[in-house]
Amino acid sequence: MRVALFLTCVNDTLYPDTGRAVVKLLTRLGVDVDFPMGQSCCGQAHYNTGYRHEAEPLARHFSDVFGGYEAIVTPSGSCGAMVRELYPRMGERARAEGRGESLARTLAPVVPKTYELTEFLVDVLGVTDVGAYYPHKVTYHPTCHGLRSLGLGDRPRRLLQAVKGLELAELPGAEECCGFGGTFALKNAEVSAAMGADKVRSAESTGASVLCAADNSCLMHLGGTMSRLGTAMRPVHIAEILASTEEEPAA
Amino acid sequence: MSGTFVGMPAFPKAAHDAVHNPVLRGNLRHATHTIRAKRARAVAELADWAALREAGRRIKDHTLRHLDRYLVQLEESVTAAGGTVHWAADADEANRIVTRLVKETGESEVVKVKSMATQEIGLNEALLDEGIRAYETDLAELIVQLGKDRPSHILVPAIHRNRGEIRDIFRSEMGGWGRPAPEGLTDTPAELAEAARLHLREKFLRAKVGISGANFMVAETGTLVVVESEGNGRMCLTLPETLISVVGIEKVVPTWRDLEVFLQTLPRSSTAERMNPYTSMWTGTTDSETADGPRAFHLVLLDNGRTDTLADQVGRQALRCIRCSACLNVCPVYERAGGHAYGSVYPGPIGAILSPQLRGTASEIDASLPYASSLCGACYEVCPVAIDIPEVLVHLRERVVQGGPAVRQGNRVVLKPAKGHAAERAAMRAARWAFAHPGALRTGQRLASRTRRLHPRTLPGPGRAWSGTRDLPAVPPEPFRDWWQRSRGGKDGVK
Repeated sequence: MRVALFLTCVNDTLYPDTGRAVVKLLTRLGVDVDFPMGQSCCGQAHYNTGYRHEAEPLARHFSDVFGGYEAIVTPSGSCGAMVRELYPRMGERARAEGRGESLARTLAPVVPKTYELTEFLVDVLGVTDVGAYYPHKVTYHPTCHGLRSLGLGDRPRRLLQAVKGLELAELPGAEECCGFGGTFALKNAEVSAAMGADKVRSAESTGASVLCAADNSCLMHLGGTMSRLGTAMRPVHIAEILASTEEEPAA
Repeated sequence: MSGTFVGMPAFPKAAHDAVHNPVLRGNLRHATHTIRAKRARAVAELADWAALREAGRRIKDHTLRHLDRYLVQLEESVTAAGGTVHWAADADEANRIVTRLVKETGESEVVKVKSMATQEIGLNEALLDEGIRAYETDLAELIVQLGKDRPSHILVPAIHRNRGEIRDIFRSEMGGWGRPAPEGLTDTPAELAEAARLHLREKFLRAKVGISGANFMVAETGTLVVVESEGNGRMCLTLPETLISVVGIEKVVPTWRDLEVFLQTLPRSSTAERMNPYTSMWTGTTDSETADGPRAFHLVLLDNGRTDTLADQVGRQALRCIRCSACLNVCPVYERAGGHAYGSVYPGPIGAILSPQLRGTASEIDASLPYASSLCGACYEVCPVAIDIPEVLVHLRERVVQGGPAVRQGNRVVLKPAKGHAAERAAMRAARWAFAHPGALRTGQRLASRTRRLHPRTLPGPGRAWSGTRDLPAVPPEPFRDWWQRSRGGKDGVK
């Protein structure tokens, strides 16, 4: 199976380790991974801040770059939700504004082929034990778009539970937002920071050394909060845990 | 809407005090988490919750689509039952109508059932200007009124007050409004409730005019419905000779059968009860000297921005709202910012989409409300009529930053973008250009990587909002795409 990795602009620029982990993991599971070099950004920040018209060319670009692949895998619940939930909505809005079917027709092919990483592993590859080894106590934060827009459910936790050496600690109030919210973190910085601090404190209360999530944007906000609060906990993307093995353990 | 909230600063500034008030945040957290957990249990009891939610959505959407027809039917039914219907285009007109109706009775006091619509139009203040005193009879509204305060929650308007504060308000203020608080009043809930009961009883028995809102209006019979927990609403609806109900036009439902859905979903969503303690229904007037109910009944149908909202394809779903406040209780932003920060009688997620539609986005507070959300989606998940609040928030953000077509006061207009977004718009355009030109993006990434040791720990300009409370991630030595190309020798697809 040949899949395209949609890494997202945030991961590409700031978290290349996550991308390397996805490549390592999928390759180990027998998947032929390609990284289309033309990819950039799904347009979510534009869309969610109110710049839908600026997001449209980015969505078209996404479809141009990824349209030819069997499956598109992304290690980001929110970027996955952008494609799956909001691309169809963008097409509908363009139609309602009398701009015809062109956008909807362009975006339609990529929508059903786009999978968030844990969804791809569980639903498409049919695996929950990916042969990983990670000897740490971990707590998992289900990010909002993964949880509510994509409905990832317990897939990430099932994958983590199957990791050898990993002790999974339940996160109190897991389903509450961490406070990132894209430009919300800047526009309502104080509320955002208060939400982040509460999330970090509840993660700390589990005694875990690692806070895991399937979205580096939320982890960037939480990691920055941990660093400022001086906690010993670290943020780690789920892909890096799942890619970790006894032979090549993640840091 | 009400003049009470004019001149509010933008949401982030208005939220500042609550965010830094640990007592308030603690109170809100405790209250919202308690009711949130109870609601989840009450909803889980019903095997057909999803179907009820969908039914509620459909009934509301159907009614809104044929609103003109159902309102005319409602008017005919109310008139046939002996009531009089008045149409109010905006808050001022509604206030003028109610004031005139009260004056015609010769009275200078009215008792009120808790009502969002009358708060929305600032009725109490308008009546007071004309020498008429309106007494709130809902316990929480009484606390807000006596405390010269503003409500901060749809269902629990005094959620921001603790028991000690309430006792102090009762002790110092009750005497000025009627029966004073008993000597030596403590802050136990039973004593506070008894003090309120004695104070209010005097008003119920004296009042000749009652003013209410309604949760629902049934078009087929002209029946109005109020659901409440304390019974004071029923006192106001049955004792006074004249009843004036001020109700938003979106509260109409076609038939009695439709109530079956909402009388299940509303109490479970709001107070986490299977059934609310008091459901009062009134149809027109009663002419018997012995029967309960008003001799004269006036229904003031309030538009106040609702028709404009109905004209918006995406935003109109806000009119499905049945004011249960479940979205407030699950909202992480409401929990930290408090209800007053929303600058409206409608706080929380629903307020963030309702106020900028009813009032427009011209003021600072209204232009900031669509951003008062992290778009986490918890509000949509709990909403018993499936209002996709995040979708409407994003839609209104678009109106704020890009302007566009809208209907205001019945006229089609093209709104200009709100002030203060020019720099952001330029940044968004620049980012869009860079993302559409991966070569430029890559150059930028490489530049960031090469200069990473020079990056400041704190950011200037809007970035300061980030680095004031959170550390920035370190920029890695090489972006992923460079690693991929180096290690995989992949084709360079960059144009």
